[in-house]
Amino acid sequence: MPEQRVVEPEYLILEAPRERKFITGSQAFAEAVKRANVDVAIAYPITPQSETMHLVGDLYAQGYVKDYYRAEEEYGAMSAIAGAVRGGARAFTATSGPGLLRGLEAIVSWPGHRIPAVLGIMTRVVNAPLSIQPDNVEIAYLLHSGLVVLHAENQQDVFDFTLAGFVISEKVDVYLPVVVATEGFFVTHAKGYVDLPPEDMKLPPRDPYKAPVPPTDCEIPPARIQRDAPVQKSNFMSYLIHAVWQQEVWSANRRAAKWIKHYLGGLIEVVNPDAEVFIVASGCAAAQGREAQRYATMEGLNVGLVKIKSLRPFPTNELREVLKNAKAVIVPEHNIVGWLAKEVKAAIPNSGIVVDGPRVYGGMTLPVELIMDEIYKAFGIKKEKKTVV
Amino acid sequence: MGLEYVRISPGFEKYMPRDYVDLVKYGPFGKQVDVMQMGQFKELVEEHPMCAGCYMAYFIRVFYAALPNPEDTIVLGTAGCARLALSQAAVPFIYGNYGDTNAVASGLKRALSIRFPDKVKDVVVIAGDGGLIDIGFGMTMHSWFRREKFTTIMVDNEVYGNTGGQESGMSPKGIQLKMAPLGKKFDKINAVELAKTAGCVYVARISPTNPKRIAKTIRRAILAARHFGPTFIHAYTSCNIEYSIPTREVLADARKREKQDFKFYEWMTDEVKEFFEELERKEKQEVKK
Repeated sequence: MPEQRVVEPEYLILEAPRERKFITGSQAFAEAVKRANVDVAIAYPITPQSETMHLVGDLYAQGYVKDYYRAEEEYGAMSAIAGAVRGGARAFTATSGPGLLRGLEAIVSWPGHRIPAVLGIMTRVVNAPLSIQPDNVEIAYLLHSGLVVLHAENQQDVFDFTLAGFVISEKVDVYLPVVVATEGFFVTHAKGYVDLPPEDMKLPPRDPYKAPVPPTDCEIPPARIQRDAPVQKSNFMSYLIHAVWQQEVWSANRRAAKWIKHYLGGLIEVVNPDAEVFIVASGCAAAQGREAQRYATMEGLNVGLVKIKSLRPFPTNELREVLKNAKAVIVPEHNIVGWLAKEVKAAIPNSGIVVDGPRVYGGMTLPVELIMDEIYKAFGIKKEKKTVV
Repeated sequence: MGLEYVRISPGFEKYMPRDYVDLVKYGPFGKQVDVMQMGQFKELVEEHPMCAGCYMAYFIRVFYAALPNPEDTIVLGTAGCARLALSQAAVPFIYGNYGDTNAVASGLKRALSIRFPDKVKDVVVIAGDGGLIDIGFGMTMHSWFRREKFTTIMVDNEVYGNTGGQESGMSPKGIQLKMAPLGKKFDKINAVELAKTAGCVYVARISPTNPKRIAKTIRRAILAARHFGPTFIHAYTSCNIEYSIPTREVLADARKREKQDFKFYEWMTDEVKEFFEELERKEKQEVKK
């Protein structure tokens, strides 16, 4: 491995010269970890995540990551991440679908424990019958626990979100775990162009004393880190302690917005802000939405795209502003429940303009034609359907 | 706490809580206290909400007095009775989710080893039979397979005491408890043999009838974990409520069980044995000087 020098996050993320590479999403995760000065990475196999943590294991073997092991299962992996971060380390792990749900009890307790870490999620069907394909319903389970949740459209996003994720999660006014989700296979196992900063540079090490909650390392007062858990108090105190703690976690989640804007250019990206009809999408669906927007423009239709990069904090104000004159809002998704459509409806005052779909599930690809059909409907254009027998 | 962080900055003594001042002046930080002197020094745990006659509370009191390095020790617990006392002690305590102790401790110990390669930071798990051998079984075993360098102490009350008296894997066969309405149908799990098989370098089983022996066992388990690998103590700490043991009979019960199935047992690898022989030889020389 080359000797790495520490540079400021601002330089590494925003200013350093970049070189274009053609790599998979899994490689993009590993390239971010390589430059993130990670202390501990903990792995557990599950398709389609495994390749990412194999590559992170190679980074450990080369000396980029200080400690690495294959855990007993995801609950153990996620619990050990909590232990490592409480001990002052910077930590990374990744999982997919069923593994995410197996580790979920530990993961949703990270925000309350104020665990700054980065968790990669490569989506996969979670429910029976068994499949390994990239349905993203699992993201719905993450939206109500205080985690910062970023959704990557492509390999470049995976790299940028992951590297910035470490920095954002450790900001004193955030101090929450950051999830970087992307679709399994479509992104993790496919190659795309990624502009990478030099590999002989890395982030500064984690400073666990620059924190709203001290690490548990016997190096700083107070002597008594924890007295009684709320459960040991009266019911009233128990409600109160938990209530104010949750308020603080969600305030911290909202405070992450300014850092996401700073390092990643905003919670959303807008193409053609003066459009009549908008596609609102996140992750891979945004890539297909981007294509549909291009086709529609070629056909002379005034269509725009809103790509949501940050699901938590959710860009409520930004959406209201962009969609205030929209005639229709099409929300393509890779799941049957339509969690993003529900979020969008809840965010804007005129939710009747939101089109439920198109949706594909079970891990199917999302043809641009499905989105085009909704666009035509929104403009009242009747297209003849050709049926090939 | 690292010792320098425990000490009060000059001039601040009168502003610190009395409790804390006493802890620094008369507590066990920076010195090895003698467990037989309990009552004559400020203990790390004093108040706790455990039941009258609880033998687990007594064991935990002795545990804190036995720590070889209380200012640089982190204790992990989980749901159950023990954490009621552990969370009140003057030693950093981590309480995560049910049964996660040995996974959290694995991450914690590794992080501390990276950050403080030249300092001693002892990590000790104290959890119940439910936390370690039922819900946390996989994580307990795998922390041993991986040879993680921390101590696991099972305070075995043979029941889920905190949730109202349900059968656990460590309850004796035949006993009628909640969720075992017809009596438990399988044997008490042999945790000690599991620990040996899984790679612990020091394993002990103890009924807490002799405070000096408890302290020595705990000290050995922590020192061996520091240098060699995982260590395990299986301690009988009866639940006088669920097992209806009259308060004044709890010691007699511990003695009875010691004769039956909790006879003191200590096993260690040859390497650990040599280490203690050498250590104890040196300590004797110190005393002679």
